[in-house]
Amino acid sequence: MSETTQTAELTRRRMLQGAAVALTAAAGTALIGLTGSTDKPAAAAGLAGSDKIDEVYQGRRIQGRPVSAGGAGHHHHGSYSVLIDGKELHMMQNADGTWISVVNHYQTFTTPRGLARAAVRELRGASLVPIA
Amino acid sequence: MAVRKNQATLTAQEKRGFVNAVLALKANGGYDAFVTTHNSFITSDTDDGERTGHRSPSFLPWHRRFLLQFEQALQAIDPTVSLPYWDWTADQTSSSSLWGDDFLGGDGQSSDSQVTTGAFAFSGGNWTLNVSSDNRNFLRRALGAGVASLPSKDDVNSVLAISTYDAAPWNSASEGFRNNLEGWRGVNLHNRVHVWVGGDMLTGMSPNDPVFWLHHCFIDKLWAAWQSRHTDQSYQPTVSTTNVVALNDTMKPWNDTAPAAMLDHTRYYTYDTGF
Repeated sequence: MSETTQTAELTRRRMLQGAAVALTAAAGTALIGLTGSTDKPAAAAGLAGSDKIDEVYQGRRIQGRPVSAGGAGHHHHGSYSVLIDGKELHMMQNADGTWISVVNHYQTFTTPRGLARAAVRELRGASLVPIA
Repeated sequence: MAVRKNQATLTAQEKRGFVNAVLALKANGGYDAFVTTHNSFITSDTDDGERTGHRSPSFLPWHRRFLLQFEQALQAIDPTVSLPYWDWTADQTSSSSLWGDDFLGGDGQSSDSQVTTGAFAFSGGNWTLNVSSDNRNFLRRALGAGVASLPSKDDVNSVLAISTYDAAPWNSASEGFRNNLEGWRGVNLHNRVHVWVGGDMLTGMSPNDPVFWLHHCFIDKLWAAWQSRHTDQSYQPTVSTTNVVALNDTMKPWNDTAPAAMLDHTRYYTYDTGF
């Protein structure tokens, strides 16, 4: 997908209830990681729009699933939602397909799974609360 | 006219004045409003939607206006206070005087990243976090844990050398000075410093850590340094652009200030030195 095409498609998307944005990264898309990312290669395996997460990581239950962004309808369009012990992790996708969350807002992760695990490590047992 | 100084040069009295004004603003409830505003913008500024405070050309004028409002709130408490800046190309370790007990306090403890020294330690009773993404209410730091090193002078000079202010698509994928300074592209300056400090500085509520203001004051100074090096260049875009704040559009949440009004910082304050 060319950058121009991707940008045009991105302009049609919106945040879903301020919680998650569209998932565009197809498996294998080359992504530019930023210094400071702790995303591991193992966690960076391709994640298509239909992939779900349900795992226990460091004692915390991570549940992730694509959610409908509404409208667009393209195969790769959609959003993604992550819960940690049932509490929503506010997240969004960057234009290059990488992800950030309210817990890790200044470093990028290649997959929602890597992002969710990083949040678990930062939380050290604390519970997410709804953001203002 | 306020002069913003390098924090490393502050006298003991100047450090005390800044810390006390910040604590007073926290006590009267004003401080937390800045935390809420910052998080509200950073969690809704998106690459494909409206974007004002971050990942967009107005990242720099928005934060200049945000810092001015904060500085004015401090000056309403103590007129002698101005924002200091943290030159993280020079003061690069956890033993810097920045993190001293008489200023911002030190690194977080290993068990839970809780800051336990200085005026902003939870145990002191004056710094309880009320705006957070989780149920911890103490200030956290993990200096150098998320990324090994702070940006160098060479890193900064390489970004200051970029002549174009910003470019389409005007977001985190853009080439240009603004995005290289913000850190979504290139050597990564601004974002990397948030990650180096760690803890609350990683989050959307990063102003919970007072070092936020000293970090962004240096980012603001680097914008001024870029302007002085590229007098033939300026803010872009200059024409109306979807979801983006153009030169003469006013910025939320103030709705009275356009980037054009923020280009000349010397109307409001000066810096003690150039970069």
